[in-house]
Amino acid sequence: MINFIEWLASTSGSTALRESLYMYPWIESAHVLFIAIFFGTLLFVDLRLTGYGFKSLSISQMNAKILPLTIIGFVLMSITGLLLFYALPIRNYQNLFFRIKLFLMFVAGLNAWYFHRTMNRQSQTWDKNSFIPFKMRFSASLSLLLWGLVIISGRMIAYNWFDCDKQPQSELVNFLISCTVDPEIYEYLNGI
Amino acid sequence: MESNQLLEIIYFLEDSFIGEYVRSSLWLFPVIQSFHLIGLGILGGAIVLGDFRLMGILMRTESTSYVVQVTRPWFNFGLIVLVTTGIPLFLSEAVKCYYSRAFWIKISCLIAGILFVYFIRNPIVLSRDENYSMKFLGLVSFCIWVVTAASGRWIGFS
Repeated sequence: MINFIEWLASTSGSTALRESLYMYPWIESAHVLFIAIFFGTLLFVDLRLTGYGFKSLSISQMNAKILPLTIIGFVLMSITGLLLFYALPIRNYQNLFFRIKLFLMFVAGLNAWYFHRTMNRQSQTWDKNSFIPFKMRFSASLSLLLWGLVIISGRMIAYNWFDCDKQPQSELVNFLISCTVDPEIYEYLNGI
Repeated sequence: MESNQLLEIIYFLEDSFIGEYVRSSLWLFPVIQSFHLIGLGILGGAIVLGDFRLMGILMRTESTSYVVQVTRPWFNFGLIVLVTTGIPLFLSEAVKCYYSRAFWIKISCLIAGILFVYFIRNPIVLSRDENYSMKFLGLVSFCIWVVTAASGRWIGFS
């Protein structure tokens, strides 16, 4: 994996992005705007599912009217996000917050998959009702919580507190970021 | 002379208790910033849905006043989160902000955006006054808030 990441960092596109004065800030700003579109529209979808917001619309109407924009926001956010990763592949790959963020996104994805699978099966029974099964309300709240945490951990990627080139780190941190260091570092940490 | 007085105030703000406190902590600035981003997501959602409806892009079968009515409290909530997290962020680096062009663009757009939404967009839409172009109201509001958010992000690069 690290070989692939190192190769990615050596490509000319990555170098150009990394060294450009304005490209990186522009992509970063666009990423933030797309986050606002994605998270902001998802907020109203999930609010409806927990019984707030656009209550006079049925859930399937909400999904049909707003989810397309949420998906557009997600795609644009992912493209800009991948470009930001591509600019600094090694740094991101070995960044603790980046890994936490990927994990949280994976869980958020599972939650969304579970939600839509269940909804497709049984939504007819509660689509227009004000009563929404607890499981579904829980899943919608979890979605907001997870994406909120994704935003927070994403913001933290910029900080190098747990980076591989900033030693000494604890053994656990180095394990989590796949960072190999001289074992003497741990002896130093343990005060031997 | 006026700007010197302003700069004195800026130094006073930077030396304030909150400014000192945020600066003295390694974690506080990033954590407050994260919640600032969440606030942006909340306000962004209310603005995107409201303004896209005004522009006729989304939810065309719902009335403009209904969409603005539903999104309005979330706009307020997002704005409260943004202002309460934005103030300590500003206090911790007031002098840097003073010399940052992005900061002044952001503050100008923020004030314009707040005035436009509370005194022009919402009253017109909620009164269902049909003498005004809803598309225009939505477009102006959306542009102001996009520039506010983007120039805000840019403070960090300057």
